[in-house]
Amino acid sequence: MVKHTILPLTVQDAVVRRRKKVLVGPVSMTVAPSGLTVVMGPNGAGKSTLLRLLHGMERLSQGKLQWQVPEPQARRSQAFVFQTPIMMRRSVLDNVAYPLITHGIPRRAARNTAAEWLDRVGLTDSAAKQATVLSGGERQKLALARALIRGPEILFLDEPCANLDGRATREFEALVLAAHAGGTRIVMATHDIGQARRLAGDVWFIYRGALHEAASADQFFASPQTPEARAFLQGDIVE
Amino acid sequence: MPTLLRRGQFGATVCQARTFWQTMPTALTPCAIFLHPPLSNQKNVTIKDKKTCAACAVPGLCRINQSGTGIRTKQTNAMNEILQGLIQAAQLIFSLDRDLIEISLRSLYVTVTAVAIASAIGLPLGCWLAVRRFRYRRFVIATLNALMGLPPVVVGLIVYLLLSRSGPFGVFGLLFTPTAMIIAQVVILTPLIASIAHQAIRELWAEYHDLLISLNTTRRQRIGTLLWDGRRALLTAALAGFGRGIGEVGAIMIVGGNIDHATRVLTTAIALETGKGNFSLALALGFVLIGLAVLVNLLIHSLSRTEVSGRW
Ligand SMILES: Nc1ncnc2c1ncn2[C@@H]1O[C@H](COP(=O)(O)OP(=O)(O)O)[C@@H](O)[C@H]1O
Ligand SMILES: [Mg+2]
Repeated sequence: MVKHTILPLTVQDAVVRRRKKVLVGPVSMTVAPSGLTVVMGPNGAGKSTLLRLLHGMERLSQGKLQWQVPEPQARRSQAFVFQTPIMMRRSVLDNVAYPLITHGIPRRAARNTAAEWLDRVGLTDSAAKQATVLSGGERQKLALARALIRGPEILFLDEPCANLDGRATREFEALVLAAHAGGTRIVMATHDIGQARRLAGDVWFIYRGALHEAASADQFFASPQTPEARAFLQGDIVE
Repeated sequence: MPTLLRRGQFGATVCQARTFWQTMPTALTPCAIFLHPPLSNQKNVTIKDKKTCAACAVPGLCRINQSGTGIRTKQTNAMNEILQGLIQAAQLIFSLDRDLIEISLRSLYVTVTAVAIASAIGLPLGCWLAVRRFRYRRFVIATLNALMGLPPVVVGLIVYLLLSRSGPFGVFGLLFTPTAMIIAQVVILTPLIASIAHQAIRELWAEYHDLLISLNTTRRQRIGTLLWDGRRALLTAALAGFGRGIGEVGAIMIVGGNIDHATRVLTTAIALETGKGNFSLALALGFVLIGLAVLVNLLIHSLSRTEVSGRW
């Protein structure tokens, strides 16, 4: 089990601004030490920006993030899977080993661990291939293995299945659930309502850059409190 | 035997060989066939045989008349010269001509060393400029791009002044040595290599940015990763530098002095032979130069390809 040291995370009035336009915020919330949160909302609502904000990749114009440990230490225990997986121009194995190597783990040990992770995500046969030749589903699995290899306490996923077909999505979801079962805190953005229903422990509904509604999954899907969330779940176009 | 190989053509001393260019009178009517101006019996130009023009030094091609003016004695034709050049190039290569090998190796030595040094500076610099945001970044990049077009002659002149006896680095006695030529080429090649590297790395950085930031890498690690993963593009940058360096003549002529058996390289030999009117020999050297450049490119590319199939 992962030992929790950096969570919970407290967010106070965080605002991300670009050229005077508010993209997200002000957001105040607490990210609990365990759970699987699904971040939902229409396109452009600010899901990606919110995840990047939590991950420390966006400069805050206002407000602050408070981890249980100092910021640099907290960064080491987080990982992020991007909507479009970034394939380094190296072999699949070296892609997965990369985060360990940058953390000072000897190359050989890093490769051995990476090989284990490739086995777990089912990419062993592709280990020696160049990462850029992988299919979309394989790329996301690689990105997931690369994100998990350092044993992060919290994993952010930004619409990881947006470009995957049904089978690849199912395989990916199984891996995310396995990571969650292993004790990793998961925060995952999606606009796929089916996926949210399958995975969510609790839901954050983002609307126009604000945390519009937050509830446990059962409650959110059964009786959404805001008209926008209700419309979104019914499949209406929400802007 | 090609005239290139004839020693002591202008008398034995280095000084004479260099001053040859400067002593030729320009006011008289030019020797019609050759690119050099007509010759008078200047004291710095040794004319061994009254029948041979010292500038061309090709017996029977050019003759000195009573007034000391070189006159054309044989008609030549450009196509013929090219053909002759090819034949002569083949002869020089297959006979493993010693002087040819010497100047070719010197060309390679100077340019390869200069490219290695310029790459060692330019590649990390280009990469650093792509990764680092700072106040005058745009200005630095614009300057770099402008420096890419530095006229080699001017670089040569400046390096010459810096290295000359009375210059700040005169004590090292580097002027008219291959080291001086390397220095001049490093100055010419570094901005070129840095600029090409910067452009290639900027694209790679745009692609990797989020991942490397998310993984909390240090700036040093980012640069190392980009250099490694961008190595094929960087190889192209280095090869572009090699192409520019091996064909460069202006700067190395000035700082090297084109001294036989000391600083003569392919390009300066070509300039010399052309000046003397030995077009076919000049062309032969030109073909050798082109061959060398192509060979090095092919070699590097085949090496990088084996590496690619081996590792990926
Ligand atoms: N780099 C940027 N510059 C300006 N606006 C941006 C930038 N990135 C995102 N935005 C804007 O921020 C808003 C939220 O974007 P995003 O977080 O990507 O939404 P989502 O992930 O929910 O689709 C959008 O209106 C988008 O246009
Ligand atoms: Mg998004």
